[in-house]
Amino acid sequence: MSPAIKLIAQRIALGLLLLFLVSILIFVGTLILPGDVAQSILGQSATPEALANLRRDLGLNDPAFTRYINWLTGIFHGDLGTALTSGQDIATAIGSRMSNTLFLAFWAAVISVPLAILLGLTAVRYKDRWPDKLISAVTLASISVPEFMIGYIIMYFIGVKLRWFPSVAMINDSMSLGEKLSAVAMPVMVLTLVVLAHMMRMTRAAILNVMQSPYIETAELKGLNSFMVIFRHAFPNSVAPIVNVVMLNMAYLVVGVVVIEVVFTYPGMGQYLVDHVSKRDVPVVQACGLIFAAVYIVLNMVADIVSILSNPRLRHPK
Amino acid sequence: MMRIPFAAAVGLVLTALYFLAALLAPLIAPYGMAEIVGGVWEPSSAAHWLGTDNIGRDLLTRLIYGGRTTIFIATAATVLSFTTGAILGFLAAVLGGWADQVMSRAIDLLMSIPTLIFALVVLSVMPVTVPMLILVMGLLDSTRVYRLARAVAVDINVMDYVEAAKLRGEGRGWIIFREILPNALSPLIAEMGMRFIFMVLFVSTLSFLGLGVQPPAADWGGIVKENKDGIVYGIPAALLPALAIATLAISVNLVADWVLNRTTSLKGGRG
Amino acid sequence: MTDALLDVRNLKIGATAYPPGEPPQEIEIVHGVSFTLEKGRVLGLIGESGAGKSTIGLAALGYGRGGVKITGGEVWINGRDILKGGIRRLRDLRGAEVTYVAQSAAAAFNPAKKLMEQVTEAAIHHKKFSKAEAEARAVALFGKLGLPDPETFGQRYPHQVSGGQLQRAMTALALCPEPDLVIFDEPTTALDVTTQIDVLAAIKEAIHDTGVAALYITHDLAVVAQVADDIMVLRHGNKVEYGTTDQIINAPQEQYTRELVSVRSIQHEEKLPSPDPVLKVDRVTARYAGTGFDVLKDISVALHPGQTLAVVGESGSGKSTLARAITGLLPPTDGSITFDGRTLSPTLAGRSREDLRELQMIYQMADVAMNPRQTVGTIIGRPLEFYFGLKGREKRARIQELLDQIELGEGFIDRYPAELSGGQKQRVCIARALAAKPKMIICDEVTSALDPLVADGILKLLLALQKREGVAYLFITHDLATVRAIADSIAVMYRGKVVRYGSKTEVLSPPFDDYTDLLLSSVPEMKLGWLEEVIAHRKMESAGN
Repeated sequence: MSPAIKLIAQRIALGLLLLFLVSILIFVGTLILPGDVAQSILGQSATPEALANLRRDLGLNDPAFTRYINWLTGIFHGDLGTALTSGQDIATAIGSRMSNTLFLAFWAAVISVPLAILLGLTAVRYKDRWPDKLISAVTLASISVPEFMIGYIIMYFIGVKLRWFPSVAMINDSMSLGEKLSAVAMPVMVLTLVVLAHMMRMTRAAILNVMQSPYIETAELKGLNSFMVIFRHAFPNSVAPIVNVVMLNMAYLVVGVVVIEVVFTYPGMGQYLVDHVSKRDVPVVQACGLIFAAVYIVLNMVADIVSILSNPRLRHPK
Repeated sequence: MMRIPFAAAVGLVLTALYFLAALLAPLIAPYGMAEIVGGVWEPSSAAHWLGTDNIGRDLLTRLIYGGRTTIFIATAATVLSFTTGAILGFLAAVLGGWADQVMSRAIDLLMSIPTLIFALVVLSVMPVTVPMLILVMGLLDSTRVYRLARAVAVDINVMDYVEAAKLRGEGRGWIIFREILPNALSPLIAEMGMRFIFMVLFVSTLSFLGLGVQPPAADWGGIVKENKDGIVYGIPAALLPALAIATLAISVNLVADWVLNRTTSLKGGRG
Repeated sequence: MTDALLDVRNLKIGATAYPPGEPPQEIEIVHGVSFTLEKGRVLGLIGESGAGKSTIGLAALGYGRGGVKITGGEVWINGRDILKGGIRRLRDLRGAEVTYVAQSAAAAFNPAKKLMEQVTEAAIHHKKFSKAEAEARAVALFGKLGLPDPETFGQRYPHQVSGGQLQRAMTALALCPEPDLVIFDEPTTALDVTTQIDVLAAIKEAIHDTGVAALYITHDLAVVAQVADDIMVLRHGNKVEYGTTDQIINAPQEQYTRELVSVRSIQHEEKLPSPDPVLKVDRVTARYAGTGFDVLKDISVALHPGQTLAVVGESGSGKSTLARAITGLLPPTDGSITFDGRTLSPTLAGRSREDLRELQMIYQMADVAMNPRQTVGTIIGRPLEFYFGLKGREKRARIQELLDQIELGEGFIDRYPAELSGGQKQRVCIARALAAKPKMIICDEVTSALDPLVADGILKLLLALQKREGVAYLFITHDLATVRAIADSIAVMYRGKVVRYGSKTEVLSPPFDDYTDLLLSSVPEMKLGWLEEVIAHRKMESAGN
């Protein structure tokens, strides 16, 4: 186990380093870029006094390094600062929104992952026949349309024309699970479609890659049937690439969620972020940006760790 | 000598039409871009083929001008992303050593933040203007091009024919432009198509979120934003840009696919 | 005919070809081949690449690789035409009646499963043996095939054992279900020569002991002569000649078979060393950056003008690294390299254009040694332009002259590498090296990727050019037959060291050091009973020790 553990430790260390560097990058990106933050918040017509006040409030008069350290220690204590526009505590505001976003992403993942793997397997099983071609065509179409368009197309046909589900995904704590699920039905559908195409295509490629290995030929020449060839010989070697595909697409989901929440005016992190970007509320943007980036980095890290763990060469060293 | 398959031909023609419409927008658009010519959300008629929008502008006109903006921004950002990414990627591959390490690790860092989130963070403090959009989109996307260009060039750089050129005493210029570039061109050109599509989607998304092209200028994402409230009343105006984006993206995709297939099936023969 | 185990009648096999720039075409690659194999006999299928030998072997399992399809004829096994009856009947046959040993065992074993599970899988699946019986059989086979610790060997994963051991395990896999017929598809080709002989002996013994019939596919006539009872020679998907091993080796009837038998019989008179060597490698030591050990240890050899120094060794011996050190791609950590009387800079960057011109290199894989986007004219013309400033008509005339020297006629100048055959590509690479008018050429395994007859042509060309141009060769190879054919002096390398060095006669005459003895005695010879002689000899020696 030792080489695998060493690699995993390295990978986790790298992930932590990346998180740290990303925090610097986000901080630097928002506060030291050309253009004065206070100026851009207040606009060109702001009075010098107002600008000076805001600069003081933002702590812009402190050196950047001090501000960064203060920000980072705050984050470690669960203090994400206060929103400029509303004066609200950001951590509190994010709390409920984050659980809403996770609720949405969770259901999208629960539906899309098994579906994508199933369809990916189908495409491999019927390679170059009509099911494969149909799946490729749908994939091509769905990656050629932006996420928000898929959102409106679904909203228009299913929400407005068919009236199956409400077009606006209002959600609150007093709703029952059934009500909540009905509310998020359409956003979940859209998110599923968005990640499904990528996941299916990548799953198909991953399994095809394994199916072309000489050991699959060996298995076929042992007289095993297709089912046994796939499950005994292809599957153990496909787990790592498939988990990798799933994790990468979960990371992709993180981004998709931002846009979809805006489309369905769903009270989650994504909408919160976009709202405050327009309002130039820098502390909120920093906090949300860091959280999204962290999720993305962690998911990528998990993907790498899974592939390390499933590599027989590392699990059973010489 | 060279036969173009049907799908690729369709793709080429449609792509050409879109670019032509973008170039000639003021000539072919029936009305002025911001001109209010009718009621709110009128259905299609002889005067307004696609109807009117949320404040009574001709929707076809808006779509043509919107395409012009979207295609212009996407093209400019692609060019920026490509020149930056490809030059840095090739340089990293040929230089190797610490220069490669520094550049590649920096790119890894940039890529560890999702592009859209990164763009939102940057645009929250920067003025949202067209040049700024092009700059942000182009530079963020150049990380992807860098990865590809470097990977392709590294693969070629270890080929025996490049070693043979080095042993002959050829300079870095010959090696990059005569040995590596001709062999790296086709995957890069195919990738260019994909990057262009991504840029169209990206700028549309930003505009839709209100952080891209600012009104009254039109672009496809912006048209969706303006007309999205109509959806709830069953007015499909907001869906038309979807059709435009999808057909453009699929056309470019078909062309890119063809470029890639043609060159790989040749196994590096006549380009 | 009735007691034949395998009876192949008028077998036709088709495939899809993808000619560059044209739509795919259906072509026939095996044109009506017939043969029979009786129980307990071994038939060798021999031919160059593209002869269809592997395709015919797989047809005995009713299997076509990639887009390959059996388009006509019959394959009778145990009195039944296996091509009739569909995929279910084929699955009953595969792994039970007929089994397969692949060329690369390293790729043919599933990396995620233990060897025992894979070796016994077919026997258990076809209900030939219970799990316990199959495992006992596997252990017995491991022992018979000379694998270490047969009891526990099966508990390992494929990456935990060596290439030679994996190839034996693959043989165990094929023999475990007690099949009637085993297809051996180049089972020793990927192995080093000293490993090959042991695996070959193990396979032969296992075939003999189990009484199984076998199709043994290889391109190496000397190898097949050791294991086969009969041999069928194939070329371009046609049967050329079929006979007993004795008849094929000692009295071949067809011209093509005669060529195959007499391959590598080039006669070359050894030249005496001159006082001034063109290349002197003096106590060179080298290591790759970031590694803790020397890949070259204290190497000293010399090469004389117009002569050939063969550097022989198996994979990992450091012979190609020596070439990298000489060309300056891997600067030595110690020692010096003298070329034509002047000391060469250890790095490539420090060498003058004249140094570079006079020391040229030819690679093993001609495909990747030429830029696929340059024409033959550009490839050969560039050194002319670069070193001699030739332009226009003068350059073109010189290119044509070089093309004539490598025996390629008119019309090649505007072709791309993809349009040339393997041998033609290697000739163009030779012309590119010659264009620089070098004093010395490093030839790195230049014939090992080629079929024997093509390789023979290249060797003859190199010798002729040496005679005419007086160029010296540093010839790196793992193939002792090639060495015998062209060398004036020989350096034997083993684990980064030169273990034996001198004129060809000296090196190839006893008394030998241990390694050279092992290496020389492991090279298959084209005579019947050679394998038994060597094995018996080795047993005697080890008993004597």
